[in-house]
Amino acid sequence: MISLKVNGKTHSVDVAPDTPLLWVLREQLGLTGAKYGCGISICGACTVHINGEAVRSCVTTAKDAQGKEIVTIEGLSPDSSHPIQKAWAALDVPQCGYCQPGMIMAAAALLKKKPKPTDADIDTEMTNVCRCGTYQRVRAGIHLAAKNGRT
Amino acid sequence: MTDSMISANPLAIDRRRFLAGSAAAGAGFALGFHLPGIDPAEAQKAGSVPEVNAWVVIHPDDTVVVRIARSEMGQGTLTGLAQLVADELDCDWSKVTTEYPTPGENHRRKRVWGDMSTGGSRGLRQSVTYVRQGGATARAMLIAAAAKRWGVPAGECTAADSVVAHKASGKTLRYGELAAEAAKMPVPTGVKVKPQSAWKIIGKPVKRLDTAEKLNGKQIYGTDLAMPGMLSAAIKACPVFGGKLKSFDADKIKAMPGVRHVLKVGDNAVAVVATGWWQAKTALDKLPITWDEGPNAKVSSASIADFLKEGLTAKDVIVAAKKGDVAAAAKAGKTIEATYDTPFLHHVTMEPMNCTAKVTADRCEVWVPTQNGEAALAAAVKASGLPIDKCEVYKLHLGGGFGRRGAFQDYVTQAVLLAKQLPGTPVKLVWSREEDMAHGFYRPITMCKLTGSLDKDGNLAGLHMRLSGMSILHQHFSHRLSGGMDRLFFQGLLGDELGYDIPNLLVDHALRQTHVPVGFWRGVNHNQNAVYKECFLDELAHLAGKDPVDFRRKLLAKAPKHLAVLEAAVKKAEWGKPLPAGVHRGVCVQAGFGSYAAAIAEVSVSARGRLKVHRVVCAIDCGTACNPDQIAAQTEGAIAYGLHATIYGENTIKAGRVVEGNFDTYEMMRIDEMPHVDTVLVPSGGFWGGIGEPLTPLLAPAVLNGIFAATGKRVRTLPLKNVDLKRA
Repeated sequence: MISLKVNGKTHSVDVAPDTPLLWVLREQLGLTGAKYGCGISICGACTVHINGEAVRSCVTTAKDAQGKEIVTIEGLSPDSSHPIQKAWAALDVPQCGYCQPGMIMAAAALLKKKPKPTDADIDTEMTNVCRCGTYQRVRAGIHLAAKNGRT
Repeated sequence: MTDSMISANPLAIDRRRFLAGSAAAGAGFALGFHLPGIDPAEAQKAGSVPEVNAWVVIHPDDTVVVRIARSEMGQGTLTGLAQLVADELDCDWSKVTTEYPTPGENHRRKRVWGDMSTGGSRGLRQSVTYVRQGGATARAMLIAAAAKRWGVPAGECTAADSVVAHKASGKTLRYGELAAEAAKMPVPTGVKVKPQSAWKIIGKPVKRLDTAEKLNGKQIYGTDLAMPGMLSAAIKACPVFGGKLKSFDADKIKAMPGVRHVLKVGDNAVAVVATGWWQAKTALDKLPITWDEGPNAKVSSASIADFLKEGLTAKDVIVAAKKGDVAAAAKAGKTIEATYDTPFLHHVTMEPMNCTAKVTADRCEVWVPTQNGEAALAAAVKASGLPIDKCEVYKLHLGGGFGRRGAFQDYVTQAVLLAKQLPGTPVKLVWSREEDMAHGFYRPITMCKLTGSLDKDGNLAGLHMRLSGMSILHQHFSHRLSGGMDRLFFQGLLGDELGYDIPNLLVDHALRQTHVPVGFWRGVNHNQNAVYKECFLDELAHLAGKDPVDFRRKLLAKAPKHLAVLEAAVKKAEWGKPLPAGVHRGVCVQAGFGSYAAAIAEVSVSARGRLKVHRVVCAIDCGTACNPDQIAAQTEGAIAYGLHATIYGENTIKAGRVVEGNFDTYEMMRIDEMPHVDTVLVPSGGFWGGIGEPLTPLLAPAVLNGIFAATGKRVRTLPLKNVDLKRA
């Protein structure tokens, strides 16, 4: 059994220790917000926070996530009130939306680290892939969230 | 296998929640899948609410449910179609929600919702008339119901914001109070739709209706589906197209965690079915499989290139356009020749192909993200062997489509063939990224040899475009050929789409088919053809010593809509005004999917050959703009999609199969390479053009022409990752 603390709640899950966290979240805990896109830590659709850092959950094992604070898109805010979520809504950032849970988690982690990120910061830190091409609005959304801050 | 095999997922969503919605009257069948703003318990009760008509259901609390026949894959069609209905309905937009009728229901009701396919940028433009009529008719029935209750002539009643009012008496009734009676009123015919001047919702940049659940992880995609007793499957089909499955050794993996079954799927694939998908995929990766690869295993990108090159000078051609005498024109003045090529290209939706199916002796149900619910239903019927009235498809929101999930429902066929072997068990089939890349329907590979001639004044006198390569219709849809010709193959090159008035013109095609499956990739053949036409026009302008915009202006004298978008782009981009040092512009004009568009890209190339696209101005005339903000979003997205293709997009063939696998061998474009996009809307009115696709093809030619302006290098092959852009 592996014990995982996700969105403030502790869960015991019966999985092989090397199971990627992504699949534990999705298939054992029913938290399907984090998505499978590539499974090799490139696309970022699976991004969650571990101890406040944006992490690709598709290559993080359940064993390595033990004892850490895991936050998924479902736990980012109770009511979509995180500044990133509010900015995303104001700008209608998502198109198909499949990559957006990961994109939002990456953006939220960036804002935590750099409350007023520059375009260069965004270029460096936002490595998530979006095939609908929402990048222009992602950039605008991060700047808007930085401007509005936490309410 | 039965439902007693409960999924490990404690939050497995109750199937009833998915199916609960506003029932189609008389069918007793719940349709919707999730109604934003209505809790599941409420949604289940909603089954008793009758529809006003096929397009509109109104709940007692005034919630308006607009039925959406087309699929939402990010392109905003769901919101746009709801705008069209809601405006004619004169309802309160803040209470509008949507649901998908099922393809089975559409079949039972004699296609009351029309064509459900979502491709060719048809979502709005080809349903605008009947969906508006649907909204207007429902409004007339609501007014008739109020008039009847009040005993006044309907003509004395007005409707606005979901309220019918009778001015003389001061009486009002909410739509929610009238819906049940309205449903029983006779259905009027020929109800007039509003003139554009009366629109309140159409034409406005209203927010998307589907954003909220995309921000908190609640939006359910096909890959997220869970239901009691469900098993998950990973699959491998023969990597060589046309090859077969010879054998596999299931014993080697049967003891692996979670593995329940190892099953043959059709004649070319094998799947591992397990309690979870990760377990299924892990076991499948260890499964010894022998393929019968067949003769196609000899084919490579090099052999395909040779085959296409031969077509550039071949005699067996299909002539698509012949005007004047290009040979004579070539003798009169300066002539140049150039050969271009474009590669196979995968769609790469973020959500890999997937489908969930449950099959019993007398029922086949399919849950699938699809651009074409009716094609999915047809695939389910064929694969299950059951009659159509025993089959049903529930459409799920798509994690990207771009044309991959439309005409071809191969994943539905696979899921049904798999589930059929496990009667009563829902099986969720999800492709790995590698499987997805290996089994696409790729953008067709083509080459084009262009010969162009100028007259003595430097005007374009003659143009011969010899295309060679693959045709989608010839490969899959021979019934759609016209006189042996795939007209789609020539997208953007003929008649009204071409726009340019070229005195002597010859466009012909040497059909060169390979075994690689080709399909409709966002913008389809416009993508390749725009590169050939627009880059070569730039070459001719250069040869004539003319400005590329002026050169095009002259040729577009008889094409006012093309010319207008060009001028709009020129104005916004300030063509001719110097840019910062090292930044140069390239232009492109292309009309398709009923719309007209022009783009100007601002690019620079560093001394080391590194390309940067700084800004792209896109002007578009789609006739009538339903939602300007969503048109801007589609423009931004199309430029990103086109730019990825221009820089990185290429699938190569070795030993009969696609070489590229996951994103480690197929590079993706990220935010750091995204240019700023300025969308200039110039709707000229009187028609409805498409938006999802017409803008994608603009990017490559605009960038390639900008690269020439920056470096003096003509790039005639894509993608740019294979090209050294360092100045000579």
